[in-house]
Amino acid sequence: MNYKMLGRFISMILAIETASMIPALLISLFCRESRPVIGFLVAMAAAGVASALLYLLTRGAGTDFYAREGMVCVGVSWIALCLFGCIPFVVSGAIPHFIDALFETVSGFTTTGSTIVPSPSSLPKGILYWRSFSHWLGGMGVLVFLLALVPVSGRNEGYTLHILRAESSGPSVGKLVPKMRQTATVLYLTYIALTILNFIFLLCGGMSPFDSVCTAFGTAGTGGFGTKDTSIMDFSPYIQIVCTVFMFLFGINFSMYYLILLKRVRSVFRDEELRFYVLTVFGSAGLIIWNLLRNNVYGIGDSIRHAFFQVVSIITTTGFSTANFENDWPAFSQAILVILMAVGACAGSTGGGLKCSRVIMLFKIMKRNVGEVMHPQKVKTVRLSGKPVPEKILANTNAYFAAYILLMVASFFLVSFDSFLLGSPFGFTENSTAVLSCFNNIGPGLGKIGPSSNFSQFGILSKCVLIMDMLAGRLEIFPIIVLFSRKSWQRG
Amino acid sequence: MKILVAGNGKVGETLTKELADEGHDLILIDRDAAILEATAGKYDVMTLQGNCASMETLRDAGVGSADLLIASTGSDELNLLTCLTAHSMNGKLHTIARIHNPEYMGQVYEMRDRFGLSMTFNPERQTAVEIDRLLKFPGFLKRDTFAHGRLEIVELKIDGQSKLCDQPLSNLPGLINCRALICAVLREGVTYTPNSGQFTLKEGDRIFVTASSDDLSTLLRNLGIVTHKVKRVMLVGGGTVSYYLAEMLLARHVSVSIVERDPAQARHLSEVLPGADVILGDASRQTLLDSEGIADTDAVVSLTGLDELNVLVSLYANRRGIPQTITKLGRMEDTSMIENLPVGSIVSPRKLSCNNIVRYVRAMQNQTGAAVAVHHIADGQAEAIEFHLDGSAANTDVPLKNLSLKQNVLIAGILRGSEVIIPGGNTTFRAGDTVVIVVSGDTVLLRFNDIFE
Repeated sequence: MNYKMLGRFISMILAIETASMIPALLISLFCRESRPVIGFLVAMAAAGVASALLYLLTRGAGTDFYAREGMVCVGVSWIALCLFGCIPFVVSGAIPHFIDALFETVSGFTTTGSTIVPSPSSLPKGILYWRSFSHWLGGMGVLVFLLALVPVSGRNEGYTLHILRAESSGPSVGKLVPKMRQTATVLYLTYIALTILNFIFLLCGGMSPFDSVCTAFGTAGTGGFGTKDTSIMDFSPYIQIVCTVFMFLFGINFSMYYLILLKRVRSVFRDEELRFYVLTVFGSAGLIIWNLLRNNVYGIGDSIRHAFFQVVSIITTTGFSTANFENDWPAFSQAILVILMAVGACAGSTGGGLKCSRVIMLFKIMKRNVGEVMHPQKVKTVRLSGKPVPEKILANTNAYFAAYILLMVASFFLVSFDSFLLGSPFGFTENSTAVLSCFNNIGPGLGKIGPSSNFSQFGILSKCVLIMDMLAGRLEIFPIIVLFSRKSWQRG
Repeated sequence: MKILVAGNGKVGETLTKELADEGHDLILIDRDAAILEATAGKYDVMTLQGNCASMETLRDAGVGSADLLIASTGSDELNLLTCLTAHSMNGKLHTIARIHNPEYMGQVYEMRDRFGLSMTFNPERQTAVEIDRLLKFPGFLKRDTFAHGRLEIVELKIDGQSKLCDQPLSNLPGLINCRALICAVLREGVTYTPNSGQFTLKEGDRIFVTASSDDLSTLLRNLGIVTHKVKRVMLVGGGTVSYYLAEMLLARHVSVSIVERDPAQARHLSEVLPGADVILGDASRQTLLDSEGIADTDAVVSLTGLDELNVLVSLYANRRGIPQTITKLGRMEDTSMIENLPVGSIVSPRKLSCNNIVRYVRAMQNQTGAAVAVHHIADGQAEAIEFHLDGSAANTDVPLKNLSLKQNVLIAGILRGSEVIIPGGNTTFRAGDTVVIVVSGDTVLLRFNDIFE
């Protein structure tokens, strides 16, 4: 393990975090919120000093940096990011308990959007902004941001690929252009452009500039923290439609936008994952509309709007809501939403979940295995968008799915055990959907943790388990698991 | 510049490293996903799996916007087809093909013109040329040539009996009594640029000396290195490099014996090289080497496809007291793994061919004051860079002693017209000169003016 290089990365990540707190500090100053100002100043001082100290301690870092270092580096950087990111919540008194503040911060950076705050609208403006901005930074990834800023040079410069892979989502992460720095820049410029477009559309709908910025951040990172107690419910249908469209766009693989820029639209239409994503959204929404109309929940217009909003919000793992689906909707519609929670968005997007491409591959692997049972000598290649998928990626997908299921089962056990010990009011529905929702970085669950409620009544153990789930879900499990392996920390 | 490299083999990977260091946008194409994966983890490049001669793969790689394609797969035919296909898709594309089959060598220039290739390269033949040059001057471990062959940087090892051992550099002119300059010293894996006369040479140092090509024999004689003219050479391994080398040596009337394990290849060699003794047998059996008279040869060159075997054969030859041993290393990235083993000179085909290609790429960019050639010396820890000075060069006609150069930078030689100047304190340079600079450490020199503080 190259500890110096690890320290160097954390130092740079903390420097970025310090800088990114400046807008939140200015908003707090502008709104004359005294305690949040102190909170941000303390956090910036702590992160700044830690960053400078680490920088001084890690001079002369070697260049030995391989896949293992990349994984550990991403895992540790994210934990450091969250630990320093929760300081403003604690010091300002907005969320006085450390575990609660950490939960909120992790939920922010991992773009989950599960909250422990009963009434977000009563939070100070600076704190609200910081919550939403953490979604934006965590959505595309803070290390990818770093890769866009810092030039790589010297021996072994290819190591940056290990970082991109560990932080970005999807089974096979590659570059868009030959240079890592340009790849990261292209990704972030697309991200910024779409976010600004989203902001302008929201502003045109009469949303206040502050709410527009926060909602745009929440949408871009597919996060889900809102500025109101009722998420997007009380905003106009126009705003809800804008949110639906942009959530949908942020759930698409960002390399598709690059292909469109290169005028290679045909390869975009040929992309199997994108087709699956679009069909799933329309299919699920159609079924829910049918179900809502049959049960007379809403009229036809409202059914279409609410069904599409909820489906897109859940499949992209954003977690905004325009309806209290946990109470008002029939069981079949709820079941569809729960299934979509696990499917998730496209690989290479800001969304979480299993990812559409993994679902497609798992299905094809299963199909191949069924074929092999009947024809044991059969040789078959699994293809995605017409291209053969290497066996190694298929094996990784299987391993990922196994780890995904096992970790969720273990988390569900721990959360249920904690509920039993504390005699909490949460039952099977709450415990299972909380784990599902956090692991897939969605936000709300069903039952008493639906869109207009919160996670504050979980016990400390449950919150810790959910924090780990959110991190594991965002970083796709392995960067977090390797932190618990003794081999990761050995020298050499 | 956007460069496509087809074939991520030994040559392709070295090219990737060199060109990525120069800041180009590289896209690697290979059939083998595992090899691409390993390279992508080392260098900042993009990779693409597929057949490099197929239009679909080339289109995916963005051939339309590329500036240069280098085809370096192991197959000449595939390389040619790749270049032709790519060129038909993008008329402005420059193409470089690796052509190594001896049967095509007679027609390589004609092929280049007819197929619209910008350049061809042949790592095997270049290796043979390099070995031939070393065999002409036994005593030097390595020779790098600059300025159209007029100026050389040669590598020497200081042993206990050497005249130079334990001598400070200020005594050097009196000892060697010819125009030469020590431009780098490799001691225990670290490279030093000797800037002061107090630097003392020690046993085990490897020194890099600049001299005019005409002075090389004088230099050897004055250093007290007694060498015999090479008359009998044993080549171990009968591949393409051996063929080219045997051809060159036979033309100089050197007696050549080639040890080859494969019967078909041995018969083929005996057909195409009537003057050589071809011996069918396994070079890892020392009785074979002994019975074929390894002890009586002047030089042993290990050229099999296995680096390990080459090292072993050279070690054995050295123990038997053969005056000169040359070891080919095909796969090893650098020589640090076998440092301090007495294997004689080391040649690496993958490195040799890169110099020409890098030079071509630089010429394509046509930067004023940019380097025209870069050679890696001292196990890659130092670079010898050749510059042509034009009007943009700073500090012309100022004596060197009045200039402040960057640390680790040394002016190794100047070529003015046909005259080679080994620089001293009063030397000046002027526009029109060709200057060779040696730089070690992390200092990067892109233009000549970068050498000044």
